[in-house]
Amino acid sequence: MNLDSLTQSNGEWLRGSGPEADIVISSRIRLARNLSSFPFSSRASTHQKAEIEQMLKDRLVKLEAESRLDYLPLPALTPLDRQLLVERQLISRELANADGPRGVAVANQETVSVMVNEEDHLRLQAMRSGFALDEAWTDIDRLDDLLEERINYAFSEEFGYLTACPTNVGTGMRSSVMLHLPALVLTKQIEKVFRALQKINLAVRGLYGEGSRASGDFYQISNQVTLGKSETTILTEIREVIPQIISYERQARSTLTRESRQALHDRVNRAVGTLRSATMMTSEETMDLLSSVRLGVNMGLLEDTISIPTVNELFLQTQPAHLQKLMGASLDGEERNSARARYLRNRLREAGPNLN
Amino acid sequence: MQKCQKCPNPATLHVTELLGANQYEELHLCEQCASKYLYEPQPKFGAAKGAVEGREEEGLFAQHECPSCGIKFVDFRNSGRLGCPNDYQTFREELLPLLENIHGEVRHCGKVPRRHPQSKEMETELIQLRNRLKHAVTKEDYEEAAKLRDLIKHKEEA
Repeated sequence: MNLDSLTQSNGEWLRGSGPEADIVISSRIRLARNLSSFPFSSRASTHQKAEIEQMLKDRLVKLEAESRLDYLPLPALTPLDRQLLVERQLISRELANADGPRGVAVANQETVSVMVNEEDHLRLQAMRSGFALDEAWTDIDRLDDLLEERINYAFSEEFGYLTACPTNVGTGMRSSVMLHLPALVLTKQIEKVFRALQKINLAVRGLYGEGSRASGDFYQISNQVTLGKSETTILTEIREVIPQIISYERQARSTLTRESRQALHDRVNRAVGTLRSATMMTSEETMDLLSSVRLGVNMGLLEDTISIPTVNELFLQTQPAHLQKLMGASLDGEERNSARARYLRNRLREAGPNLN
Repeated sequence: MQKCQKCPNPATLHVTELLGANQYEELHLCEQCASKYLYEPQPKFGAAKGAVEGREEEGLFAQHECPSCGIKFVDFRNSGRLGCPNDYQTFREELLPLLENIHGEVRHCGKVPRRHPQSKEMETELIQLRNRLKHAVTKEDYEEAAKLRDLIKHKEEA
């Protein structure tokens, strides 16, 4: 797999299609698995990790899965390439920054990735654009079965799949749905939604797993509990709550249209204006402005001059590693802000509305 | 609303940490501190207190060692990570209240690997052998290491 070619595309999760794609960005399921006869990664020696990696890599690249997996050993990658994989959500920040033998197997369309020697020996992940948890589950379940034919997983009848951290034991499954909720943020109802979700044991995090203030108004909703509930139950619980959140967001959008249409219009046009004319642009400000643009597109305020896939693409391409890949040079913070502003001006000149 | 014990935000999560028989500690945290507390490897709140008040009990935990990977329960308490799959058996009694706390359940009811899992004894033995191999290599006892490597290979292929 050529990492430079990755920057030319959006990958799966930002494709901008799939059910409810105006609000649901992507659906993702990950499974934590370990080999039965090795210590967990944090207790394994470098030699053992190399042995684990070799064994898993062999199995992964030979799998008779529909999409072939390419294995990328992380120590062989530059820090920039590792960051690129983090930004594309193919690997975790932890794996990028860890030491020793470790890597990731990635499917062509980036719908599947398998991390090796993260906190657990194996972290299998399936991603889909839009609200498509069932499809993601079908993918990951099949991959898990294929791997399990040739690997002895650490499993106990009592505790299920055994993981390095007891918070993942049981199914080892974390299923999450990423939502774009700008109207709930604007109408200051987002906290209320969080509290309701916490009550039913669902976790809410930002785009890259950061704390409560999510950049770009992106929120990931995921299950906390992994023990004592079947995969089907966990998926059902999330599947049932997402439509409610979608409907709250739609209600909030109607409220904005009804009660503050002028202010909303102004906000969206200012965002486009700033993106089209600024000469320095931080990543954080870009996310905020693009969030308003995305809302504007979905509410029909921009006369179809920008498409959702384009806005999604801009979210990704303006991340630090992607930007540096696009520019073909390593840039420091200030240079990045200037390059980012230039890139956005160019892209929105093509796509933006005619401002006369 | 009650305030988080670690920062000024309102507490939304209430944790009861079981420290041992009839000993527990209540924690009131905001979401951010709670996820830190639950997921990040850091000494638990009770660790310092336990060292003073429940030295005997802490001492007991500290001595308890996994025969496979060699970690003590106190190591898990400090790092938040277990050492090997066998720890779930070794520290079963200590882990049960923790699992109850995190998941509200203590028994798996989900997917089961289709293939019959390797026998438990064999798994434990392999982890032990690999651990001895690691020590042999550290001590530069290459003769012992070579023997162990052959033995592991033999057992794995059997």
